[in-house]
Amino acid sequence: MSDMLVTLALILGKLLFIFGVVLFMAAYLVLAERKILGRMQLRYGPNRVGPFGLMQPLADVIKLLTKEDFVPARADKWLFLIAPGITAVTALLVFAVIPFGSPLEIFGRQVPLVVVDLNIGVLYFLGVSSMAVYGVVLGGWASNSKYSLLGGVRGLSQMVSYELSLGLSLVPVIMMARSFSLTDIVMAQQSIPFVLLNPVAFGVFFICVLAESNRIPFDLPEAENELVGGFHTEYSGMRFGLFFVGEYINMVVLGSLVTVFFLGGWNGPWLPPLLWFLFKVLAVCAMFIWIRASMPRLRYDQLMNLGWKILLPLSLVNILVTGAVLLGLG
Amino acid sequence: MHVIRGIRGTFQPFWVTLRNMFRKPVTIQYPEEKQQLPERYRARLILTRDPDGAERCVACHLCSAACPVDCISMQATEAEDGRRYAAWFRINFTRCIFCGLCTEACPTLAIQVTADFELAGRDLLKLVYEKEDLLVDHCGNNNSYNFYRQSGIGVAAPRGTNPGETPPADVKDLMP
Repeated sequence: MSDMLVTLALILGKLLFIFGVVLFMAAYLVLAERKILGRMQLRYGPNRVGPFGLMQPLADVIKLLTKEDFVPARADKWLFLIAPGITAVTALLVFAVIPFGSPLEIFGRQVPLVVVDLNIGVLYFLGVSSMAVYGVVLGGWASNSKYSLLGGVRGLSQMVSYELSLGLSLVPVIMMARSFSLTDIVMAQQSIPFVLLNPVAFGVFFICVLAESNRIPFDLPEAENELVGGFHTEYSGMRFGLFFVGEYINMVVLGSLVTVFFLGGWNGPWLPPLLWFLFKVLAVCAMFIWIRASMPRLRYDQLMNLGWKILLPLSLVNILVTGAVLLGLG
Repeated sequence: MHVIRGIRGTFQPFWVTLRNMFRKPVTIQYPEEKQQLPERYRARLILTRDPDGAERCVACHLCSAACPVDCISMQATEAEDGRRYAAWFRINFTRCIFCGLCTEACPTLAIQVTADFELAGRDLLKLVYEKEDLLVDHCGNNNSYNFYRQSGIGVAAPRGTNPGETPPADVKDLMP
């Protein structure tokens, strides 16, 4: 009985830990992005609220919470209200299968630092992350606005174009690790991370992840300059905030996934595993921000061309080559 | 060639942004640092005095006529010695667009612009400036001009005695 209670408490503790850390990171990623983008454009970025602008996320939250929660006339009310939640929740859900540290010894038992170590973790990630597009599409459709609708449609077709290569680029990883479990995948990279063993898969996965996070150069559903804000044009207050937070949670989650699949997860010399994981995730997030500062938005047809004519064949060939090499090595 | 240009075009921006990150931002941190404003910057209006310390404004209404947003109003009166002046003079800075047309219309150089642009406030009525708010104790950008000391104006001194003025011709003296 007490055994079960301890297990339950541990799971609850891990949930709270993940929830707190991910939300905290998402909030401060917003600030970090604004600061880094600012410096890259010869500006300072936010530096007024608190020392170095460190209280800016708090100020943003207060602002968003006190704004009017507006529902446009003739919007599909329920879908409109639910859509931001879908984005944020699906982004958080993916974190359930991400192992963020080597197993710990607590109360004399092995505690894996992952909420659930699913033996089909990769499939779970692919499934849940595909659900995330519903937030964009339903939000865009329910707003009853042409800009939002265009954003939603773009989000959907963009998802169709890159999700295939996203899944296919993970097949070599699974072949090399011989497991669908994310923990096993990290374990398999103890000596060499997969980014060195299979850089092509890493490249394809990274590009697809950029598209998955709806960020520049693939932020077609948002496209401030053409669509006013795309799927979230009509949103205000905390519902817009949820979309926003969802995007940054997504950044953290996708950064963790890149870390888990290709950068060797928590493996690393000298430093404790948790720190290594955090460091790698932050490095990937910094890369996202750097890319946002440097690249223009792809055109609609360019995205399709990239997804269907380059990434898809590339990942297919990569699977064949990886399979042949693995067979050759025995 | 096409491919090489494409690859260069993809990776060069990363170098540019990285380099910019380590350069000093060009931002002027406004309330603490102030921008060096141009000499002829147009902002808050003032009513200047002539070198003798008297008001320059003769309440001719030309500024309020020139004002495109009708933010200047006044009441003209005349003193015992024949000097015209404004009984009250009001500029509504909530409407003023700082175009400076009033200063160009002013024949006595009374109304002038200053570089003080920090006029923001929460109370609109506080931005309605009365004569005592507008009147300053200096000559503005011209230290010598005194309208009443110009030729042909016999208020500060009788006609013909102003500096640089010849006495009026005796019409009868000219008769043959």
